[in-house]
Amino acid sequence: MSIQAIEDTKVKAFPTPAKPAEVIAFTAKVRRRFDPAAIAGKLASTLVPPAIVIVVMLVIWQIACSSPNASLPPPSQVWNEAYDLIAHPFFDYGPQDIGLAWRVLISLQRVAIGFGLAAIVGVALGALVGQSIWAMRGLDPVFQILRTVPPLAWLPLSLAAFRDSSPSAIFVIFITSIWPVIINTAVGVRNIPEDYRNVSRILRLNQLEFFVKIMVPAAAPYIFTGLRIGIGLSWLAIVAAEMLTGGVGIGFFIWDAWNSSRLPDIIVALAYIGVTGFCLDRLVAAVGAFVTRGTTAK
Amino acid sequence: MTAYLKLDHIDKSFARGGQVSEVLKDIRLTIDKGEFVSIIGHSGCGKSTLLNLIAGLTKVTAGAVLLENKEVDSPGPERAVVFQNHSLLPWLTVYENINLAVSKVFGSARTKAERHDWIMRNLDLVQMAHARDKRPAEISGGMKQRVGIARALAMEPKILLLDEPFGALDALTRAHLQDAVMDIHSRLGSTTIMITHDVDEAVLLSDRIVMMTNGPAATIGEVLAVPLARPRSRIELSSDRTFLRCREAVLKFLYERHRFVEAAE
Repeated sequence: MSIQAIEDTKVKAFPTPAKPAEVIAFTAKVRRRFDPAAIAGKLASTLVPPAIVIVVMLVIWQIACSSPNASLPPPSQVWNEAYDLIAHPFFDYGPQDIGLAWRVLISLQRVAIGFGLAAIVGVALGALVGQSIWAMRGLDPVFQILRTVPPLAWLPLSLAAFRDSSPSAIFVIFITSIWPVIINTAVGVRNIPEDYRNVSRILRLNQLEFFVKIMVPAAAPYIFTGLRIGIGLSWLAIVAAEMLTGGVGIGFFIWDAWNSSRLPDIIVALAYIGVTGFCLDRLVAAVGAFVTRGTTAK
Repeated sequence: MTAYLKLDHIDKSFARGGQVSEVLKDIRLTIDKGEFVSIIGHSGCGKSTLLNLIAGLTKVTAGAVLLENKEVDSPGPERAVVFQNHSLLPWLTVYENINLAVSKVFGSARTKAERHDWIMRNLDLVQMAHARDKRPAEISGGMKQRVGIARALAMEPKILLLDEPFGALDALTRAHLQDAVMDIHSRLGSTTIMITHDVDEAVLLSDRIVMMTNGPAATIGEVLAVPLARPRSRIELSSDRTFLRCREAVLKFLYERHRFVEAAE
């Protein structure tokens, strides 16, 4: 091979480009924020199946209860007789004649106080039980026994102690919803990785700093599981408690409607209770998802 | 000159259900200020236990850990630990993780602006300032470990304790971080103790290598001085005779005289 040939290959190793390189910009992936077709499709796939099921159920119910000697009213009768309750949730015609939304709000207010207290006390007690082996040995058996007591079984005692229906109902909420909060918080605290504890020991965090900066955020996913179970239980309990204590809550409304044989009203009230309970559950779940974002990822 | 850190006849045994298992026996070691010491040994020989004793996370059964002639028996920020699995708090951003340490250690001594500058300086030191607002889940393993190092350095420790800091990383990332640690050590002159099971890493980074015998009742088998000039370059060292001799000495200790019997079977 001659020198000329070598030089040729050298030249060929770096050929001049036929045309200068041009910069081709990547088309940025623009996700359209508002895409009506996609949103409509998603809504349809979530809403259509339950809508069909509800319609089918209503039809079956209508057929089953249409005979003149049926014991329960068919949907058409509910619609006609309880139309005021369905269409006007916020009417207010005096102390005992108010819309169902008002009643639900009054019940929710009780739940807010009782459940709020349960959340605070439950997290504190759960942290104690999770943190200290002796607190766990002493308190855990007591909690395990008390948590099996049905909500309404507390009511007579609480009426005797508070001598008033409203604080008694709140106490029933509190005592019903506190157990899952305590138990889940304790599990969460017990599961805090040893490394986080070591970090706090090296930094010499005191008890309060450890509680606020490490324990609560580390156990937050567990705490919110407990809170979610707790709010469900407290909504169960408030309706039952109000049936017995009276007042203006949604629970008492059902009892009152039963006493005056207004079955359609009861059915409407049941729908209100179900929807509200569902919303409460989703609300706590959403708050939990927001607060614990990032904590579960390793 | 008295020793900066002195491990004075340390024994450590764990008692579980009436059974006492002796992990470490008669550990004697002195470390000078600014020294970089690696502790190497087979797994289960108690090297992590030894580091925890120095950190104060575990208590000694007998003997004492003396730092500047004062006994230490509880953890504190002057002996900062970089954990193997980084131990960053996942709900805090990179900046907030370091801020937790800085505001606890310097909360009363420095103003907010000074603390901020200090955090950013330490993030710069490990080249992680760009990720200050990311959460640990959003950055790679090597980056997490960098932040872990920055958090430890931000406590301005008298001794930096590294517990197999690069064990969970891939080889390339590990090399980058080793260079970063060498660079930081040369700049700050921080007294450093590193647990490792990587012979090359130990020789590359250390002034002295402490080799542990196998447990139970493990102790220091041999201490090897690494007389290599700094700054060290891994590429030049790969054919350096002193480097190879040190490497061979550690390998011989680990695989001839103190072969890990359980692993070999």
